Order: sequence, then C-alpha cells, then structure tokens
Amino acid sequence: MSATPLNTETLNTETLNTDSRLARRFAALREENRAALVTYVMAGDPDLEQSRQLLERLPQAGADIIELGMPFSDPMADGVAIQRAGDRALANGQTLALTLDMVRDFRERDADTPIVLMGYLNPIQRFGEDRFLQAAADAGVDGLILVDLPPEHGVALTAKARDLGLARIPLVAPTTPPERLPALLAQGDGFVYRIAFNGVTGSQRLDIAASLGDSIGELRQQISLPVAVGFGVRDGDTAAAVARIADAVVVGSALVERLAEDGVESALALVEALAEAIQAAR
Amino acid sequence: MSSMTRDIPDENGFFGASPNNGDGNQQQHGYGGRYVAETLMPLIAEIEAAYDEARADPAFQSRLQELQRDYVGRATPLYFAERLTEHFGGARIYLKREDLNHTGAHKINNALGQGLLAQRMGRKRLIAETGAGMHGVAVATVAARLGLPCVIYMGATDIERQQPNVQRMHLLGAEIVPVHSGTATLKDAMNEALRDWVAHVDDTFYIIGTVAGPAPYPRMVRDFQSVIGVETREQLLATQGRLPDTLVACVGGGSNAMGLFHAFLDDDVAMVGVEAAGEGLESGRHAASINGGAPGILHGNRTYLLQDDHGQILDAHSISAGLDYPGVGPEHAYLHDSGRASYVAVTDDEALEAVGLCCRLEGILPALESAHALHHAGRLAAAQGPDQVIVVCLSGRGDKDMDTITRHLMPEEAES
Repeated sequence: MSATPLNTETLNTETLNTDSRLARRFAALREENRAALVTYVMAGDPDLEQSRQLLERLPQAGADIIELGMPFSDPMADGVAIQRAGDRALANGQTLALTLDMVRDFRERDADTPIVLMGYLNPIQRFGEDRFLQAAADAGVDGLILVDLPPEHGVALTAKARDLGLARIPLVAPTTPPERLPALLAQGDGFVYRIAFNGVTGSQRLDIAASLGDSIGELRQQISLPVAVGFGVRDGDTAAAVARIADAVVVGSALVERLAEDGVESALALVEALAEAIQAAR
Repeated sequence: MSSMTRDIPDENGFFGASPNNGDGNQQQHGYGGRYVAETLMPLIAEIEAAYDEARADPAFQSRLQELQRDYVGRATPLYFAERLTEHFGGARIYLKREDLNHTGAHKINNALGQGLLAQRMGRKRLIAETGAGMHGVAVATVAARLGLPCVIYMGATDIERQQPNVQRMHLLGAEIVPVHSGTATLKDAMNEALRDWVAHVDDTFYIIGTVAGPAPYPRMVRDFQSVIGVETREQLLATQGRLPDTLVACVGGGSNAMGLFHAFLDDDVAMVGVEAAGEGLESGRHAASINGGAPGILHGNRTYLLQDDHGQILDAHSISAGLDYPGVGPEHAYLHDSGRASYVAVTDDEALEAVGLCCRLEGILPALESAHALHHAGRLAAAQGPDQVIVVCLSGRGDKDMDTITRHLMPEEAES
C-alpha cells in the first residue's frame, strides 16, 4: 500500500490565470532582467499596527512580491524565528480575519504588488475552507502557499482556488523525486517555490552549491512558471547569488529576526539592501 | 478473516471516507492522511513501502517475535484481578499486564518494531519525541540494543516532572534535547522531532510513539501494538473459552488502546477508550480530544484536536504526562464517529484514586495513564453482573510517577 499517483485530472486548467498580478509582475521583471525579491513577514507581528505599517512600506523598500504569514500555534516546518513571530502575533490577538483585513487595506493603496498568504491548514479549515478562499480572493490575495497540504490531498482546494483566481504555489523540496514533479506542478500556478535545503526555515545559512543551479535547471525544463528559491537567504551576497540562478529570491527568517530585534525601520533597511543586491546581480 | 474495519486505512492513509475519493467535502471526510511538508512526502512513501515489505517478510517477523519473547518478555500475562473484582462486586476484571514488559510499558512493542525497520532500511540515527518518557526510554533501549545513536526530544516541563525516566535515557546513552517552545510538552516535542527529521532526511528514522502522525505511522504503530489484543484473545479463549464483553484502555494518542482493540474489531466486544479529563471537562483544563475537541489537522493527520475557535491548538492538561497531548490517533477518531468504540473521560483525582486502590487491593502500582482506564473499568464492573468479563490494558507501571503520586496521595510524606 504505497502512495498513489497524484490525481490531477479534476483540475480545470482552462481557468489558469495568465493575466494575474503575479504573471504581470514576473513579466515586467523579465523585461528588466531582474529577479524578484519576495519578502516574508508574519501578519500581526509584533502587533497589528506595526505589521500594517511594515506591509504598506515593503513595496517602496524594494519588495516585488509579499508573502504574508498566517500565524499558527504549531508551525512544524518553520524554524525558531518564524515560530516566535507567530507566537508574538497570536499573543497580540492576530486572527485569520484580521490578516485578510490587512490585505484588503493594503490592496486599496497598492493595486500591483502581489500578495501570497503562507501558512498551515488547520486555521483555514476552522475558518471554513470555502469561506476562506472567497474572502481571500475578495480581499485581493493572489496566491496561497499551504505548507502542510500536499498535492495528494489538495485537488479539491486547488480547483476551488483556481476558479477564484488564487494561485496554488507548489513547494518543491530537494527530496522531491523527478517522477513526482509533473503531478505536483500540474496543481501549481503563479510560481514554484523551490526549498533550497532539507531543513526548516531559517535553520541554516544557504550555501549556494552548483547542484542547486543544476536542479533549478531541471525544474525549468518541466515547467514554464517562474522559480523562486527560499530558505537560508540572509544577506545581500546570498540574495545576489540566488538571483543569478532563479527568478525570485525569498527572504523570511532574516527579515522577521531583524524586525524583532530592531523594529520596522531596520527591517525596511534590510529589504532595501537586499533589493539593491538583487538589482546588481545580473 | 476478511473485514471492512480491520483493513483500513485506504491507500491515502484515511480511516473512513477519503477526501480524494469524494467531493472534497471537509465535513464528511475521514481521518488520517499525510498532511506534511513536501520535504517529508517522499520519505514517508519510502517508509510505507519498506514497512509493507517487512511486514510480508517472514524473516523480519520471526526476528521481531524472537526479540519480543526473549528481550521484551512477551507474552505478558492476562491476570484475573480477583480483589478488584470483589471490591466492585460486579463484572470480572482482567488486567493485560503490559507493565511487565521490559522497560515497564507497552511502548517497547512499537519501538522495537520501528527500530528493526530502521535497521532494515539502513538508517544510522534514531529520533523520537516523548511525553512521560516511557516511549523515550523504549526508543533509547532499542537504540542501545541495535547499536544506533538516538536523540530524544522532550518538553522542558516534562523533563522536570519525569526525572527518573530522563536519567534512565541518559544511562542508556541517548541524547535528550529539551524543548522550550509552546507549552514545552509532548506536542512541542513532536514539532521539534519533525523539524529534526526534515533536516536529516538522509540518515534518520523518526520513531513516532503513538498511533498518530502522517500515514503510514498510525497503521504501523497499531500493527506493532496489536500483539496486545492478539495475546489477550488467545489467553482468554484458552483459560475461559470465551471472548471478553468489554475492553477498556486509556487514550492519549491511543497506542495501547488500538493495540488492544484491533484484534477484536470484528467481534461482538464493546470497546471503551478513556481520555484524560484533567481537572474536569467543564474546567477546560483537560486532554480529552474526542470528548472536548473538534476535528482538525496537526502533526500530519486529520483527527480530533483541542483547538480554539481560530484553529490554534490548545494546551492539554493531565496529571499524567503520557496523556498530555491535544490530539488522538485518527483511527480512534474514526472508531468514535462510526460508533464502533466509545470514549469517556476520567479526571486526575479519579485516576489517583484508582492508583491507590490497585496498590492496596492487588499489590500492583499502575502508571497514572493506565489508572484512568482502571477507574472507568471499576465504574463499569460495579454496574454489571459476574457473568460479564472486562479486560483492562494495564499499559505501564507507575514507578515513574512516584513523585506525583506521593505528592497527591501522601502529602505528609512528600514534605518530609
């Protein structure tokens, strides 16, 4: 009794959104020959007000795409920085409804910067899956990264998300075998998130090895979607190195740590530095 | 013996209707599954394939049986608790003596099985989470026996209240990593073990201690524990020529209960899982996921969980560290919903009372976990006639709990 082949037949590929905010952003970046800077921040960290300010100012500081974390009490795939960020947000009363409000407010002022929600399934199921998807689409969310929803269990949700114009961004790990890719990518939309190493977020500094470039090359042969690389990007040099081999660079734990240690201005300064490094990379 | 109930879960790891086969209606689908990060997906598929191969391999089975007999000390006795029976004045109470296993609890049954599987797969390092420390001790024991290094993740709170087991694990050569995140108990230890696993996928085998986690763990752990029920069945048939009327076992994650229940799923035998009601279900301070929780997704499976209105996992509370977990094995969730088994809850105070009673009447010091089952068995026995037979899984011995028990039952001695 082993894992069955992924069933992706029920997906309606005709509704694949080719004119989405994500697609437009990546197209514009290709014109500029520049990789995207994807910044991860936790919604409600350290509190709602500061989190709103940070979110609003991220694009100006150089973020091309924003990943907004939905806090969860037991983030088993995240390292200590993001777990603590989630704990701080929850202690200050953050909820899924408030996170969606943040996106709605942001969208009123910024019609172009894509926002991707990232998190775990349980709070979404408790909120109500259909209700969540509709509310996210209405608020102006562009995509979803659901850490603990593998494609095997995600067919129904992906189909519903796709109908609402929400991209299901697939995670591809170093352990993902080649034969698993086609089905995994079939549910994918927006971009592909390539996890740089086996580990949790922020657990080590990314060491750019030639093998990562090779494996991204292989990934590209199988999919036309842009490839983002994340986990372990902590500074401008690493960001620039990733920007040379990928379409997007994801920075999460380093930013979340900076926010916790030095506040909003300092976090924005880090984003500016990373954006400059990526700009100069190619 | 063909059966609907005993062949589950399905190929997607679901007990009950799978969301993959239906209309995706989350309210109606089954329990279990593989809700893990992509990094682990290929790994658990590999474990599942290796486990199915091992299960069908007579050489693996005979090695397992040999060690169960000569190392663990199986079969464990099925003991007629004559004085407890007299005390309650009703049904006859039998105790399945898992406390007499090597290391003092049923946990070794599973640790040994998974340890042998890890060895067969060529893994070089074992990791595990532990709450009360019994699973940690069992894994440390098996690691020593197999000559593999092991790392045990344990909540800082649990380390404090289970010192004897911590010392035993050290003596056995295990490395113990204290977990300070969250409530610093079993669920946090499990988060941390999963994180270790994600970072060491190439050489590490994660020995999950209960019938929870992503498929194939719930099924695999159940299978390794099912020796409890298989023996019970044979023993009662041999001595009494009959099957029991009722099975009673405590349920945290629920591995000893699944182990006892599984061999009887197709029989006309009632099954009762006893959850920890802590300071009372109405107090909110309990660990009763089925009686006081709702379905959700945690640690790789869909099951009943203690959670708030926003889907955040709540702290579990129980005097017994082994039941102090905010979830329950998915097969129990399924047995509950299908009505095949029933689930009740017993408070800290009631469990303590059962410890005292069992010590004085039978000369057996039960683990606080097992005492929850004993208490409910007493309630049932008193309401039934002597023609009825109740089997209680005495899942572990209470030596590890002496500090807690002394403080509550003999406060004057605890102070001196």
